[in-house]
Amino acid sequence: MTDAKPISPAEADQRVDAEVSGGVTEGEGPQLLSWDSRARRIVTVYIPLVIFLIVLLFPFYWMAVTTFKPDNELLDYKNHNPFWISSPTLDNIKKLLFDTDYGHWLVTTMFVAIGSTFLSILASVLAAYAIQRLRFRGSDYVGLAIYAAYLVPPSILFIPLAQVVFQMGLFDTPFALILTYPTFLVPFCTWLLIGYFKSIPYELEECALIDGASRLQILRRITLPLAVPGLISAGIFAFTLSWNEFIYALAFISSTENKTVPVAILTELVSGDVYHWGALMAGALLGSLPVAVFYMFFVEYYVSSLTGAVKE
Amino acid sequence: MATVSVRAVRKAFGSTEVLHGVDVEVEDGEFVILVGPSGCGKSTLLRMIAGLENVTRGEIAIGGRVVNNVAPKERDIAMVFQNYALYPHMTVHDNMAFSLSLLNAPKEVIAAKVGRAAEILGLQPYLQRYPRQLSGGQRQRVAMGRAIVRDPQVFLFDEPLSNLDAKLRVAMRAEIKDLHQRLGTTTIYVTHDQIEAMTMADKIVVMNGGNVEQMGGPLDLYDRPDNLFVAGFIGSPAMNFLKGEIRGGAFHTGDVALPLPLQVPSGAQDGRRVIYGIRPEHLLLDAAGVAATVHVTEPTGSETQVIMNLGTTQVVGAFRERITQKPGQSLHIAPDPALVHLFDEKTGTRLS
Repeated sequence: MTDAKPISPAEADQRVDAEVSGGVTEGEGPQLLSWDSRARRIVTVYIPLVIFLIVLLFPFYWMAVTTFKPDNELLDYKNHNPFWISSPTLDNIKKLLFDTDYGHWLVTTMFVAIGSTFLSILASVLAAYAIQRLRFRGSDYVGLAIYAAYLVPPSILFIPLAQVVFQMGLFDTPFALILTYPTFLVPFCTWLLIGYFKSIPYELEECALIDGASRLQILRRITLPLAVPGLISAGIFAFTLSWNEFIYALAFISSTENKTVPVAILTELVSGDVYHWGALMAGALLGSLPVAVFYMFFVEYYVSSLTGAVKE
Repeated sequence: MATVSVRAVRKAFGSTEVLHGVDVEVEDGEFVILVGPSGCGKSTLLRMIAGLENVTRGEIAIGGRVVNNVAPKERDIAMVFQNYALYPHMTVHDNMAFSLSLLNAPKEVIAAKVGRAAEILGLQPYLQRYPRQLSGGQRQRVAMGRAIVRDPQVFLFDEPLSNLDAKLRVAMRAEIKDLHQRLGTTTIYVTHDQIEAMTMADKIVVMNGGNVEQMGGPLDLYDRPDNLFVAGFIGSPAMNFLKGEIRGGAFHTGDVALPLPLQVPSGAQDGRRVIYGIRPEHLLLDAAGVAATVHVTEPTGSETQVIMNLGTTQVVGAFRERITQKPGQSLHIAPDPALVHLFDEKTGTRLS
């Protein structure tokens, strides 16, 4: 829609009208389907967007609907519309909150996510700053090595990590997760921050050097304040991944009360071959809320830092 | 305030040497400008004085102390960068106070020093603004304020005016010169603009390809350039050069004969191939002079620049008189013999 002449909305309407009635205004035949016409916009922009939204949001809708459905509606699609709730109920949520350790799981998950995010960001800031700005001998290779570590899939890495966790006596504690999540968080965050640090003008640091600042003072007072969008997006990334992580949480935690939400709802709300769908979906819904809220506040930073927006 | 000595300094990046042994002496309180085309090594030299680049060989001393291995913050210098390097997340006040706050200076001292710098530069109304809310000239002033606040021994400027528009550049030029006269701090200033160099400097260092071509006062360089490079670099429009040889007490190029300088250099004997240099403003209208064909006239009001063909060479003349000749017509001109320069054709050095 960029290469068209700008036309007024009224003009666009007229053209659409002409199309609809099958009439062709004099001399305007070939321009009828200009990029700016409303019909064209509906077909090329709005319809795809709506389809996209439906595909993306339907799982959430299903989750929400299931959460508030009584069991008889949930299991009987013949007499009840599967897409709607006739008699909403809070039984599932009540069951989740009062008959299970859900509160405990949430707290554990939060603790693990915040702890591993904090650790990863701290390590990544120092690593990224050193690689990007100190340019020590071999810094490029260190950067590549960190990235290579990211390419090792967790499903392989969890076996050796399990050994480490056992030997350090961390099995079945939140620290088993807080200390292992950085294995995949640090590489990504480091690379994201390297890119962000690169966009901060180098002269600022040279100027600060002359002004009498040490490297750590420069990092704390010049570079980090300017890298806040980058830090936020690295933080969101790390937090989301730790919150949703499954394999390590499944492997390194065994007792019910120490489990994280994704693992717990699957292992504790499925008894044998009975799926407690209502409570399960309620757990998933409540579990995804913190991340959604987190994103809502910071989505602009997230986008701007991933696309490398620079300002001076 | 201090002297700065650069002695036989060389700089190499990997195997590429960009400075080939540079010597510069800066007196206490002097305003020295390093000037040269881009890539000549002037900024690198400045950054070495600031301590942002290592010295590969040679010695740099500030105030008599060799600083080769001294950290930038201990050299007692202040630097103004080309893009100002203002901290975007700090107000004007905090930008200027940053260096003092790092020293844990008492609040009253910071307030007094920032206040004084703001007063000198007329920045009081903007102290609580952020850099992005300022115009180019104001940002430039904040960058200078940041330097003044530190009360350093040496000011270093790295092409500070090149991001400004032409009019502002002229105004800031005068402002920086005025500032230097008031503070009297030793200043080293890098630019590629020879007009800036001519108008501001006590001493100009002309650099080219990692070497110092000539060093001296602005008018010394203008009146007695040591070689073709300096002759062509200093002055605007640039000096005209004509190739030819000396015969019978005159300079001959093609069919054209021009008078030798009043004081004929000792090496200017008959048959010697030389390059004859004459500045556009030193060509005079003279009915008895040689005829040149007008190519283009460019009236600027105060003077008229004429591009014309003298024999086979194109030369530029700048005349105070109004030129009525049309392109293709001829104009009789003569060089002012007191202001003619002769250079050796092979080495490009001045004959004297």
